[in-house]
Amino acid sequence: MNAVHSLWLSSLPALAEFFLLAAGCTILVIDAFLDKGREAITCRLSQLALVVTLALVVALFPDARITAFDGSFVSDVMGGLLKIFILLIVIVGLFYLQAYLDERGQARGEYFVLVLFGSLGMLVMVSAGSFLTLYLGLELLSLSLYALVALNRESPLACEAAMKYFVLGALASGILLYGISMIYGSTGRIDFAGVSSAIGDASSLSLITLLGLVFVVVGIAFKFGAVPFHMWVPDVYEGAPAPITMLIATAPKIAAFGMLIRALGEGLEFLFIDWMQMLTFLAIASLAIGNVVAIAQTNMKRMLAYSAIAHVGFIFIGLLTGTPGGKAASMFYVISYALMALGAFGMVIWLGRKDGVGEADRIDDLKGIIERNPWFALMMLFLMLSMAGVPPFVGFWAKLAVLSEAVDVGMTWLAVTAVIFSVIGLFYYLRVVGLMFFHAPERSAPIVAPNTVRLVLSINALAIVAFGFYPDLLMDICVRAFPGLMAGQ
Amino acid sequence: MIQVTLWAVLAPLIGAVIAGIGGRAIGRVGAHRVTIVLVAISTILSIIAWYRIVVAGHPPIDHTLYLWGVVGDLEIPIGFLIDELSVTMMVIVTSVSLMVHIYTIGYMKDDPGYQRFFSYISLFTFAMLTLVMSNNFIQLFFGWEAVGVVSYLLIGFWFDRESAIRANLKAFLVNRVGDFGFLLGIACLLAFTGSLRYDEVFAMAPALQGQTISLPLTGGAEWSVLTVACLCLFIGAMGKSAQFPLHVWLPDSMEGPTPISALIHAATMVTAGIFMVARMSPLFELSETALSTMLIIGAITALFMGLLGLVQHDIKRVVAYSTLSQLGYMTTGLGASAYAASIFHLGTHAFFKALLFLGAGSVIIAMHHEQDMRRMGGLKRYMPITWITALIGTLALIGTPGFAGFFSKESLIEAVHHSQLPGSTFAWVCILAGVFVTALYSFRMYFLVFHGKERMDEHTRSHLRESPAVVTIPLIFLAIASLLAGGLFAESILYGTFFGQSMMVMPEHDVLGEMAPAWGGAGAMMLHSFVTAPFWLAVLGVVVAWYLWLHRPDLPARIAARFSSLHNLLIHKYHFDDLYENILTALGRRIGSGLWRVGDMRLIDGLLVNGSAFSVGRLAKVIRKIQSGFLYHYAFAMIIGLVLLVSFFVIVRL
Repeated sequence: MNAVHSLWLSSLPALAEFFLLAAGCTILVIDAFLDKGREAITCRLSQLALVVTLALVVALFPDARITAFDGSFVSDVMGGLLKIFILLIVIVGLFYLQAYLDERGQARGEYFVLVLFGSLGMLVMVSAGSFLTLYLGLELLSLSLYALVALNRESPLACEAAMKYFVLGALASGILLYGISMIYGSTGRIDFAGVSSAIGDASSLSLITLLGLVFVVVGIAFKFGAVPFHMWVPDVYEGAPAPITMLIATAPKIAAFGMLIRALGEGLEFLFIDWMQMLTFLAIASLAIGNVVAIAQTNMKRMLAYSAIAHVGFIFIGLLTGTPGGKAASMFYVISYALMALGAFGMVIWLGRKDGVGEADRIDDLKGIIERNPWFALMMLFLMLSMAGVPPFVGFWAKLAVLSEAVDVGMTWLAVTAVIFSVIGLFYYLRVVGLMFFHAPERSAPIVAPNTVRLVLSINALAIVAFGFYPDLLMDICVRAFPGLMAGQ
Repeated sequence: MIQVTLWAVLAPLIGAVIAGIGGRAIGRVGAHRVTIVLVAISTILSIIAWYRIVVAGHPPIDHTLYLWGVVGDLEIPIGFLIDELSVTMMVIVTSVSLMVHIYTIGYMKDDPGYQRFFSYISLFTFAMLTLVMSNNFIQLFFGWEAVGVVSYLLIGFWFDRESAIRANLKAFLVNRVGDFGFLLGIACLLAFTGSLRYDEVFAMAPALQGQTISLPLTGGAEWSVLTVACLCLFIGAMGKSAQFPLHVWLPDSMEGPTPISALIHAATMVTAGIFMVARMSPLFELSETALSTMLIIGAITALFMGLLGLVQHDIKRVVAYSTLSQLGYMTTGLGASAYAASIFHLGTHAFFKALLFLGAGSVIIAMHHEQDMRRMGGLKRYMPITWITALIGTLALIGTPGFAGFFSKESLIEAVHHSQLPGSTFAWVCILAGVFVTALYSFRMYFLVFHGKERMDEHTRSHLRESPAVVTIPLIFLAIASLLAGGLFAESILYGTFFGQSMMVMPEHDVLGEMAPAWGGAGAMMLHSFVTAPFWLAVLGVVVAWYLWLHRPDLPARIAARFSSLHNLLIHKYHFDDLYENILTALGRRIGSGLWRVGDMRLIDGLLVNGSAFSVGRLAKVIRKIQSGFLYHYAFAMIIGLVLLVSFFVIVRL
């Protein structure tokens, strides 16, 4: 009795995750009994489940780091904050997903349940206390996403994308798992704290550990979509239905950030010098390839894919400084990027045509939006300028925060490189603005979109402006996530 | 109180956004209703703020709304400084803006860009209010650039006219020169004080007095920091307030619609430079070099730009040159440390110059967009309200005793007379002569338009009638302001506590303080004026104008022929446009084309652009090859990446 009781108590930090798991299973059953055409109920239930999960995360918000399940599960301020943002983004994303599926008559309950399980995976990832938990969360997320991409079996493009995503993802998982096994082999531990102390105690660095590190970094870089592990990104972004692309492009980036902090920052912190160099290499390659190739794109989703690759470069720059300030800056970046990407894909969905399976994802579809709907042209202007890093939008502060951290640790050359590439990147964002405002529209039909989409999209874009004017609202939160920073100040 | 001022700023912005993107949803009527109501709200709030600060004597507010950002040690605040100076500017800006909003309904009636226009002028009001209410340099700079952008958009409002496009480009480029100086000035202050807040910078200013800075290209000479900063700031003011030799853009800006000429290019934006210097008085007071520079530049502008008004035939251009000349007066006043007199003149000028522009606009409407005064004449009969209000505006402009312009201009001239700074005598002579010139060109215009022979064609004459009420009502309001704004406030502004502590004057520069004992009230000043030089110079100007253009209309052409070289000089505006276009721009273009040929064609195009386009093209091809869509290619790339990382980090590490 006592043992059961203490097990219950010790698993309390993971209550939100347990609830989401139970809710996901329940909704799956409920959905099986719903009539066709009533998938909206499944969607609303899923959102409700996420909201309750969010409430649980907030209610159980930890003041300090606590662990459960013998250290395999960590609950701390950073994890809590990342979970809040992940859940918020998924809740918003479901509005788009439901509107999109409804319009096309493709609504199926599985979509929403898979999103729930994917969210569970993300929550587990950011709370991982050992490599095994991390892997568990990662696979749960990835498998849900593969299925989500493929769920529209009619579309050959989607199936192809899902296939590529699945095979490459499996390859990356294999590489990651291989790295984990090497680290386990050399240190004898699987939890981050144990690995960390084993490496710290070791008199010399073993080659196996180093090899393991490289493999783990590759696995993480794949999840981020950093060059040269980015090949899946454009194809999957383009092939997947727009709201699924949105879900792949936003919340999992935040989860990947959590995963990187856990695995590299906590587990392999004594190998900082090594992984810092790897991240530098990946960051520069991502900035270069992402920004240059984005210029050549004619498809909005592909362009955003390369833009995502470029943004990953910036996220890595903050992380590779190794300071708490750098981590906070990266967190600021990844959250604001997720917000911007949410809005940008929201625009693609909003523009989407009802007829057939077609999506308005050519960049030319944005031509003359100012005449068809000035309000959303303005919103898109905000989003594009923010992504490009123009003040006073939040994207500017994100870039500034990351770059000033890099300058502070003496990596001015890296900051300069990043600025040069983002100036190149300015071109393709401004081209979108130019098309929207200075070109005649190809179609003149007014754009009809459900009210929820319009409302959510407006709030999203205005949030970009609001955070641009009050960057401290977000920055203070990110600073809280890394206590070393507050102690240092 | 801070809520009052916050909404005073935000209301026009909201109006601009609604009118700008409302589109068909709100329609033309909706656009002007929304913007007018919101600007009216802003006006009322400004008057409330003005009442509380100036009349009820509430202490000034320096309120930082919030910290926008922190970069290193530099804090970038967003906040308001609400003192006597800023509330006065707020009232001027919003009330003129409101009149112009209403007037626009009539003037732009048939224009397809109706909603865009209302959106722009509301946006302008917002930007101008941010500028005057700022409590720090960065917000000042934001407002400064924002009004510049709106001005650029509005000069080129009719973007299908080539002349409009040229004019707005010119305004933009000339202002760039000024803004560059302005930015350098701000940077210089930031470098030496480490702050962007007015209060902190002003508090540190006295400590900067002894400090020097060595500038490149001056042979290592040491310059006083404050002088360098003030001169740089003044270059900014010269650009925005169109002072010689950066004046060339203002006459061309008349390509924009007339309401804009009234609001932006006469009453408010162009006075931003004057306002800025008055705001920075704690800095300028510490640099006599800067003060003397302003005296001389202002005096040159006041006299020589006025002369150009004599040979213009376009009604709007005459008023434009008159604006230049009056801005010169204000700058001269600043140079003499008579900040209160300058701001006073700024205020009265805002009303009577807006009146003159809107009157000119009313004439232009009646004349079916004919602007050449040689085809006008005798309009008094057809447009009584426009006529009487234009007469009031003209009388105010030349400084007729009792009218608003009299009190401000007379005091300003007297203040310059009292100044002991180097250059003040030259300045005094210039602006005194300017009084005659002002009267001459003003009444030339007045006589040519409203009196004399009717020179328009028969078709136009048959359609001549008074403009609609939306046009005449603003004219009447502005005429009342032009009559009353002077005598009512003269005492408290010049010698009293109207401006409180908002502008600083050193005791040794305090010319208005010296004049104070002689002040015996507005009535006494009017009586006294009959024995002063400015009054008789103005009378002489009117008489000469009457003789030349009404009594002997054949004379001006003969005089022009007689003094053809002088006439040519004036017609060619002292060849400044030629200088800039044929020499500076040409030089720039030659350097540009040289760089283009060598740098661009060979290096950049050949090597970088074509080279890079070529290499980007090749890169893209390579990447496209890699990004082939084949799964095994992707997997292979990942493996290669892994191998690279492993070999590099593991082998290098060993």
